Amino acid sequence: MSSVPTAPLASPADPSQVEVLPVAQPMSGFRESLHFALRNKKLVFGLSMVSGLLLLAIIGPFIAQHAPLDYGGKLSIAPTTKGGYWMGTTLQGQDVFAQFVTGLRLAFIVGALGGGIAALIGMVVGFTAGYRAGWVDEILNMLTNVVLVIPTFALLLVIAAYLQVRGVLMEAVFIGITSWPWAARALRAQTFSLVSRDFVDMARLSGRSSRKIIFKEIAPNMSSYLFMMFILLFGGAILIAATLDFIGLGPSNTISLGQMMQLSVQNAALQLHLWWWFLPPGLAITALVGSLYVMNVGLDEVFNPKLRDM
Amino acid sequence: MLRLDNVSKTYRVGSFGRGRLTAVRDVSFELREGEVFSLIGESGSGKSTIGRMILRLLQPTAGSIKYGGDDIAGLKRGALKDYYRNVQGVFQDPFSSYNPIFKADRIFKMVHAEFFPEVSGDEWRARLEDALESVSLNPEDVLHKYPHQLSGGQLQRLLIARALLLDIRYLVADEIISMLDASTRIDVLNLLADLKERGLGVLFITHDLSLGNYISDTTVILRHGSIVEMGETEKVFGNPQHPYTQMLLASVPRLHAKWNGGAQARALPEPADVPALVEIESGHLAAL
Amino acid sequence: MALHVEDLRVYYRTLAGDVKALDGVTFDVADGEIMGLAGESGCGKSTLAKSLIRLDGRMRHVGGKVVLDGKELPIWDDAAMNKFRFRDVSIVPQYAMSALNPIRKIGRMIHELLRARGVDAKAAHQELERRLEMVGLDPGVLDLYPIELSGGMKQRVVMVISTLLDPSLLIADEITSALDVSTQRAVAETLVEFRDRGLVKSMIFVTHDIGVLYQVADTILVMYAGKLAEKASAEEIVSNPRHPYTRLLVSSLPEVGVRYEDRQLTGIPGRPPHLLDPPTGCRFRDRCPLATARCAEEPPWVEQGGRGIACWEATPAPVVAEPVPVEAR
Repeated sequence: MSSVPTAPLASPADPSQVEVLPVAQPMSGFRESLHFALRNKKLVFGLSMVSGLLLLAIIGPFIAQHAPLDYGGKLSIAPTTKGGYWMGTTLQGQDVFAQFVTGLRLAFIVGALGGGIAALIGMVVGFTAGYRAGWVDEILNMLTNVVLVIPTFALLLVIAAYLQVRGVLMEAVFIGITSWPWAARALRAQTFSLVSRDFVDMARLSGRSSRKIIFKEIAPNMSSYLFMMFILLFGGAILIAATLDFIGLGPSNTISLGQMMQLSVQNAALQLHLWWWFLPPGLAITALVGSLYVMNVGLDEVFNPKLRDM
Repeated sequence: MLRLDNVSKTYRVGSFGRGRLTAVRDVSFELREGEVFSLIGESGSGKSTIGRMILRLLQPTAGSIKYGGDDIAGLKRGALKDYYRNVQGVFQDPFSSYNPIFKADRIFKMVHAEFFPEVSGDEWRARLEDALESVSLNPEDVLHKYPHQLSGGQLQRLLIARALLLDIRYLVADEIISMLDASTRIDVLNLLADLKERGLGVLFITHDLSLGNYISDTTVILRHGSIVEMGETEKVFGNPQHPYTQMLLASVPRLHAKWNGGAQARALPEPADVPALVEIESGHLAAL
Repeated sequence: MALHVEDLRVYYRTLAGDVKALDGVTFDVADGEIMGLAGESGCGKSTLAKSLIRLDGRMRHVGGKVVLDGKELPIWDDAAMNKFRFRDVSIVPQYAMSALNPIRKIGRMIHELLRARGVDAKAAHQELERRLEMVGLDPGVLDLYPIELSGGMKQRVVMVISTLLDPSLLIADEITSALDVSTQRAVAETLVEFRDRGLVKSMIFVTHDIGVLYQVADTILVMYAGKLAEKASAEEIVSNPRHPYTRLLVSSLPEVGVRYEDRQLTGIPGRPPHLLDPPTGCRFRDRCPLATARCAEEPPWVEQGGRGIACWEATPAPVVAEPVPVEAR
């Protein structure tokens, strides 16, 4: 007897019902995900890009021939193999490569930390509000809305301007605790719609605790969503940091991609055609955020067994 | 014995729960093992709310639900788990009853892990095959598949098999066949009758009178959260007393007999207050 | 003849190939006829209903023609069909509840819809109110938002909108399935009234519920796996089904009065074939209790005495009055 459903005709609105290949062999969940992950071009592309940039951020500072803030080189030389100025120098003779890899490293730190903090707060607030509902939800919702309407960027400006010594970690924490509300709202809505599904009740009837239901039933349904949220928060943190740095409120003892762009603009790098100065930081931010997004689309296809069959 | 005493459920509606909506009003009945008990009502009758209260997915606002003499409202973790060993449910939408990102047989793994951690894998596998056989499913057809690769009928049978693995006494079957095709519907219905013969008590919640009539020993007709008529199925269907029951029966699309008395179907005045149930004949009550 | 469908083939495109949802369907619907369309899910009944008005993106017209009142409908051409939709052929969709724009008052929405179809909304307004009253709705509903109506009321509003321009053919796609029995009856009876008053010439009523079809339809067409199985008057289909599939389908229905203890009904074992690669010969053969070697060849559609059937082993025409009980297997 065939186990292939003829459901496509019953509900032609749902193309995912068209089942093509019955899973031939039972595989463990992880191995199966891996199996599909390695065959997904978007995921492989995004992952390679991000890993490449991460690798550069990690080992770059070690192989750079000069300290990022040293004024040792000739002024404004184009990328060359001579003297280790692989990406040229700035108008002041600083090594662009050293600055670039340092800035890239900082971008990853700000993104991971800022995005991570925001994701954590967003998840706690969103899951709790969506699952518990009732007055807990009302209070958390109110809190979310309050933080949401605070002009966070202005707040960041004020805080950044008043702090004497500005470090990257501080910047990341501030970004984290101000950028979670939309994530919390989105997660709350998702949780809300998932909690009303019968499989959550089925899990309750199986004696599962609320914590297990949230983490083993609801969260896996959102894994790609959570990842996307983290990516957007990660990218968002990088962009906010770049903006702050660009207007001169960046970390005071090092150099970030945003500061590189700020300095290049201040020194009229565009007019002087010093493209090697402003292009790498801009491209790096774009490439990083962009490939994270492509990776997310790929992951969605891996996580969702219905999309796999298409 | 599962017993409902003057159970009511009121929902808070609107912002900050200022409004009130009464879904179930003062409902009492008793569910016995070895019996199919039909709860029949239209949308908004509170029939599903009653089922969910029995499964303790909702708490009654007033009244009590007692299992073996204990009020289920007070059950804490371990005791609640024991309750779920005895009382289980199957819901209307087979596709929504499964977590779509996991394989369908995960529902069995969950039962294994939560209720029978001491049972070995081989022993469990044997029990599972037994349970699947009693719902007429071939393990090869249904195991290691995702929910969207199975039919609605197969998914509902899997859920019944899951309940059987727990060796339950009562099953709450909430509209479990309304989303199935007529050709498979009757087989799932017959399966419920098998469960009854095994000594289980089945609470069959439905909007379809002919299905309720086909399978149940006792019938309750609900309207806007109140019982309007209840009793032995043959008496309720054979000699309906409440005008609402009569109207419902007149609206059922029958084979071999056309609708008549059209005006009656359209509007039935809604009483401001539901009168108490009175005995019409032995084993047959109506709120007249 | 209001509607003539000839050898209609509509396939669904999927990555794995074409799903032959509608595979050569020929039938007529007479003026004033309400034809019921029945079958299990996946039999092609919804595809057929949709094909007559709008093919969605994944549906492909492969062959055959549809002629309505002597004009061929260009069902393969979405834009050209606009001329016919609503005026000549109209549909009451399955989810009428969601067919109404939630943020528009009903009256305004209807006027916008009429204007989009080039109809003078003002002139039509009186008729609109008259028809609302006819289905038992106060014209005041025009000033309400969809959320303020019950499911049955919305269903009736959609019915009035769909039939406002007196279409020649009305398609009702599973419109009673989600309704309570009392509302279901009111909605079904209203549709019959539309026909009786001549607001629509003929109708195709799609549902899996043969009980409802028996109440409203003049004829019933039973489909199986993208092909026709049997067409006859509603009375004949229910009382003297000839195709084994029809017989099994009818005998699997519990009726008020039938009790498990007295008579145990049975479903149809097995499942309909997957239409990606449908079996040759009779498509019901794997599940059919009467199948013989001859069924490996496709049975022709034979019309005789006002009823049609595609089966080699069909029960002969003059049949016993009682539906034949099907042996449990």
